[in-house]
Amino acid sequence: MRSGATPMLRYTLKRLGAGLLTVYVIATATFAAMHVVPGDPISGAKAMRPEIRANLEKKYGLDKPILVQYGVFLGNVLRGDFGISFTQQNRSVNDIIRAHFPVSATLGVLAILVAGAGGVLLGSLTALFRGKLADRTVMFLVILGISVPSFVFAALGQFIVTKANARVGATILPVAGWGTLRHMLLPALVLGLGTMAFLTRLMRSSLLEIVHQDYIRTAKAKGLPPARIFLSHQLRNAVLPVVTFLGPAIAAVTTGGFVVETVFVIPGLGRYFVQAVQQLDYTVIMGLTVFYGAFLVLMVILVDIVYGFIDPRISVAQAEA
Amino acid sequence: MTLARPAEEGQGTLLRGGDGAEAARQLRPEDFTPAPRSVAAQRLSRPSLSYWKDAWLRLRKNRQALASLAIVCAILAFTLAGPLLWRVDPSAQVLTRISEGPSLTRTVPVLPELDPFEELVVPGIDPSPTADGASLPPPASLQWIGEPSVQSVRLRWAPVAGAAGYLVYRAREKPAGGYLGLPVGTVDGGNVASFEDTFDLEPRSYWYSVVARNVTESPKPITREVKLSPGISVADAQTLKAGARPGDTIRYPARPFGTDALGRDLLARLMAGARVSLFIGFCAPLLAMLIGVLIGGASGFAGGKVDQWLMRFTDFVLALPFLLFMILFKVALGAGPGKSGIAAMLIALVALSWTGAARLTRGQVLQLRESEFVQASRLLGARPFYLLLRHLLPNTLGVILVSFTFAIPGAIFTEAFLSFIGMGVEPPTPSWGSMCNDGIQTFLTHPHELLFPAAFISATVLAFNLLGDGLRDALDPRMRSLE
Amino acid sequence: MRAGATMAWKRAGWALAVCAAVCALVPIPFAASGPSSPTAPRVLRLVITQEPPQLDSTRATDTVSGFLLGHLMEGLTRYGQNGQIVPGIAGRWEIRDRSATFHLRRNATWADGKPVTAHDFVFAWRTLVDPRTASEYAFIMYPVKNAAAINAGKLPPSALGASAFDDHTLEVALERPCGYFLGLTAFPSFMPVREDFYVARPNRFAADAGDLLSDGPYVLARWEHGAEMTLEKNPRYWDAGRIQIDRIEIPYITTDSNARYNLFVDGKVDTLGLDKEQLDRAQADQLRMKAFADGSVFYLDFNHRRGRATASFHLRKAIQLVFNPAEYVSRVVGIPGTRPGISLIPQWVPGLKDRFRKEYPLRPVRQDAAEAARQLALARKELGGRIPPLVFLTDDGAAAARHAEYFQQLLKARLGLDVRIDKQIFKQRLAKMRDGDFDIVAAGWGPDFADPMTFAELLTSWNENNRGMYRNARYDELIRLAQSAAEPRTRMDAMAAAERIALDEVAILPTYERVIIYAHQPRVAGIVRHVVGPDPDFTFATIHE
Repeated sequence: MRSGATPMLRYTLKRLGAGLLTVYVIATATFAAMHVVPGDPISGAKAMRPEIRANLEKKYGLDKPILVQYGVFLGNVLRGDFGISFTQQNRSVNDIIRAHFPVSATLGVLAILVAGAGGVLLGSLTALFRGKLADRTVMFLVILGISVPSFVFAALGQFIVTKANARVGATILPVAGWGTLRHMLLPALVLGLGTMAFLTRLMRSSLLEIVHQDYIRTAKAKGLPPARIFLSHQLRNAVLPVVTFLGPAIAAVTTGGFVVETVFVIPGLGRYFVQAVQQLDYTVIMGLTVFYGAFLVLMVILVDIVYGFIDPRISVAQAEA
Repeated sequence: MTLARPAEEGQGTLLRGGDGAEAARQLRPEDFTPAPRSVAAQRLSRPSLSYWKDAWLRLRKNRQALASLAIVCAILAFTLAGPLLWRVDPSAQVLTRISEGPSLTRTVPVLPELDPFEELVVPGIDPSPTADGASLPPPASLQWIGEPSVQSVRLRWAPVAGAAGYLVYRAREKPAGGYLGLPVGTVDGGNVASFEDTFDLEPRSYWYSVVARNVTESPKPITREVKLSPGISVADAQTLKAGARPGDTIRYPARPFGTDALGRDLLARLMAGARVSLFIGFCAPLLAMLIGVLIGGASGFAGGKVDQWLMRFTDFVLALPFLLFMILFKVALGAGPGKSGIAAMLIALVALSWTGAARLTRGQVLQLRESEFVQASRLLGARPFYLLLRHLLPNTLGVILVSFTFAIPGAIFTEAFLSFIGMGVEPPTPSWGSMCNDGIQTFLTHPHELLFPAAFISATVLAFNLLGDGLRDALDPRMRSLE
Repeated sequence: MRAGATMAWKRAGWALAVCAAVCALVPIPFAASGPSSPTAPRVLRLVITQEPPQLDSTRATDTVSGFLLGHLMEGLTRYGQNGQIVPGIAGRWEIRDRSATFHLRRNATWADGKPVTAHDFVFAWRTLVDPRTASEYAFIMYPVKNAAAINAGKLPPSALGASAFDDHTLEVALERPCGYFLGLTAFPSFMPVREDFYVARPNRFAADAGDLLSDGPYVLARWEHGAEMTLEKNPRYWDAGRIQIDRIEIPYITTDSNARYNLFVDGKVDTLGLDKEQLDRAQADQLRMKAFADGSVFYLDFNHRRGRATASFHLRKAIQLVFNPAEYVSRVVGIPGTRPGISLIPQWVPGLKDRFRKEYPLRPVRQDAAEAARQLALARKELGGRIPPLVFLTDDGAAAARHAEYFQQLLKARLGLDVRIDKQIFKQRLAKMRDGDFDIVAAGWGPDFADPMTFAELLTSWNENNRGMYRNARYDELIRLAQSAAEPRTRMDAMAAAERIALDEVAILPTYERVIIYAHQPRVAGIVRHVVGPDPDFTFATIHE
């Protein structure tokens, strides 16, 4: 029969097309939302005289009717220009994304690595030692990890490191900041904790479920060594739900690090987005929303494709047919 | 003697030894009468269990799940019945009891009224001299004016020639190594030699230090210790008990969980906050589930174009910026003065989080749609609506239920996070999240303000998670018992 | 699972954990503070809460920009250690009723060696009022002749009343006598900008380190947006000899006060502003604290528009009579040294020769429950039998919510008023204030220059910051008189009379005058705080290890 490459290609293209449409709708919805919310980017704490306000509005094109502004915005987006930030008046949104997204991405990827590795490792541990002390302690820590809010962890973590540094008299780990691997460890850990806890449980329940499967019994009956059974059968199958979860998780973690970025003074994109929303900085909000939306859509598509490769039973191309 | 006995008397009669062997040797005509038909072809050895009853039995055996169920019930009781038993107004501020730790009932005496403080201006001193601050000596003496109390501590000192003013510090331990404490006062003028301290005085020991200054500060202070006893001023006392006079005592009721930064009882606030947090934590996922199940179920069942469009719509909702739309909903729903903002937050949460349930349901329905019993049912002529209601949805209900119990902690967390960035419920409505946010500022000196709300959040989240675990184990059809 | 495989997994796991721990946690100790040899540079490290939007002196509006510009640039005058105006680029000057002449130093140069000339001032001032610049602070130059007309587009920028008589003499023509004009010349909006440098980088002036030309004590050596900034001592500054700190680094930018505190305790930054909640912890950690009255005044602004309950004088008076500023300051504001609010014009403001408050004393209003009840009854009658719920508009910070809750409870307990709190984030709050959608809003004002006028003009009918729309013809008349009178005594008398009107009518309710508690590492000395001017001022500071 024909190879599966062409349906896969068609499927990918269809998904990408749909993704573009999604991003367009997101951008429009956000534009509308932003202009409905009261307030504007140029008012400041000290009120402005009308002539000064008029000057500013003319400068930023805010005095034009809203449909015109929308058209201008769309035109700019097609050209890849998201405009200039209102609050950081000499930086373009592209500059902001270019400068700060790598930081958030690094932090996010590191956090996912920590969460993923930790989750798989701990999940396997608890499944292997089910019912014993190791299982109970890890599960207790996992529950703690899920049930304590992230900002508490961040503040506590920073406080512990500060006290430890003071006690030792030297800097074991930096209290805040960004630049070296040592700066990244604590923030990545705090950011990945919630996900790690969740993944541990997911891995555990997945493994436990697989143990009952027929093919495991067959493998055991065949006389395969336990390590081989674990590695090539259990682990590979148990990892599937984890991978499914990772797609949106990557996007969420790379974009949701606001608390960690503020507490650990990391120049990432999450901080910018929250501040932009609070300051009603139109251009930054629009630029980041479109960027995030595109990123998320891309991640979801990627995961779906990867899923098709991992699990031979699933062929997404056929499922769409 | 009959060969076949009725089933009630136990199985395996034929396999019993003695009687059967004897009966075979003597055959009589009665042996050939027709045997009674037993209608009960098989005996039910135990009561018939439906899927749900079986699950409930299994759940009951799971000790962890039972414990978590008990915790959930306890929290509900705390929320609903608590305010009836603990009748303290959560918004009553007692400004003399700010940020107190857990305490029992005690009394404080009402202190005598004080005359207004008059500044002591010493004549004959040049008020704006030009000596360098760093070379100024300390004042020669430091004394109290009147009796120092938690109402006010009044100091006077001998003026220093060459000073343009003085700085007054207050420490909680004996000053050493240049540390003088909190700067409680700045006095302008070298000839003004007195100061009244009324800032946040507690019944404990303080060390007051006075240094002279002229642009820069002199490094040499004069220090004196004072020990203050508990008390309350007449003005403050009269806000708690009308007509209080000096010499009376004021009763401070017990505060089992302490008070917050405005002196409000933490226990009462936790009860009020529980209402908000649990209401949102329960209703938001519930509504989100309902919408998600409907959309996901329809999408998975219908398939084809409908499925594709619904899923694209789901992707779109997923990618919307949560924060911005949160504000939009709050504004659009008129979360303004007087309203607590709960409705707005609820709608926003539901509108932005039904996607998980939708995807889950769709996945399940897709899977189940191809299974044998559904196909059989369809072959037998079942209509789509019947299939959905009677076969597909009940089988997904297990997964949905589990996902629901896991969504509750998520909703509580989201509410806490929104309060953390200042977009939670409107004041003065408390919620556990906003209480955490307030408490985290003073965590190291007044830990109770953070610990109790965080503990409640954690306990609730923990209980729901364990319950969810237990439910999942109980509802898993593959683990149905075989006894 | 067989025991052997389990053991293998366990061992692998432990090995991995140990490796990770070793790699990550082996301490590489380094000294927490700076170097100790005398030839090493003296470095000051700071943390700021927000990055300045830009460092263009013709467009800057916030205090962080003001702080940075005060160290990077210098105008005609600057502030000395005692807060008085001292010569800056201008060595001497003559100020007359409607004109002024400034004589610039001959040895003042830009960082690239070229001299600072009067043309640089003229260009900068014209750019400030040019409507194309759309500067929010253009109004500060309105005392200069034609500035308002230029900003409204009626005249070209070249019509501004500032001209260069020669390279080192600046002639200024004033619209009307301005008693505080000298104080204005130290303001960042009046700092010089060199035309060729500005024109060579359209829309990029002061956007990055290389796009700013300094004539002040420091140059901007490095600016990594959102992350850090570095200022290096400017060797070409005419007064470089008095600058003792070689480099000011700003490695951290965060709004989280706990993070800033931890950085300070860890020795990574040298100064720290303390919140009320951190005072206990600071005492436990024995930080060297100082108090600084930053000159700003906070008050409750009432909505005087028709139809609002707070437009009723009796209601406002009743509220004034039950409010105890001393209790509010000591329990709710919680910073020691904070002064209870008495008037719109705080106590530090200079008058004729002494403090304005000393020359025109006020009696604080005493609380009076009986009189308050009487006023409340009158208000009820005026408002048609019942007082509607009052809307208290506040912003989204935790402290703001607490203050609002205090007022809500106070008015409920003492007057039985129903107060509803409307918490809005920054931009929405501004929009509501502009639209008059509130009854009471907590407001504050920081001074732009050292004269009562910076506060007094807040309640005039033409001031945009008069959000409550308080209107009093006599008040307007007095302020106009104070703005145009040449005789200082007349000005002060007029402003004092206006102040008394505002207080008698309870146009606003002053709540407190702010004090900031800050800490610094023992190695730093000589930090000067300015009520007006770049704050904090490190040009007099020294570092000794």
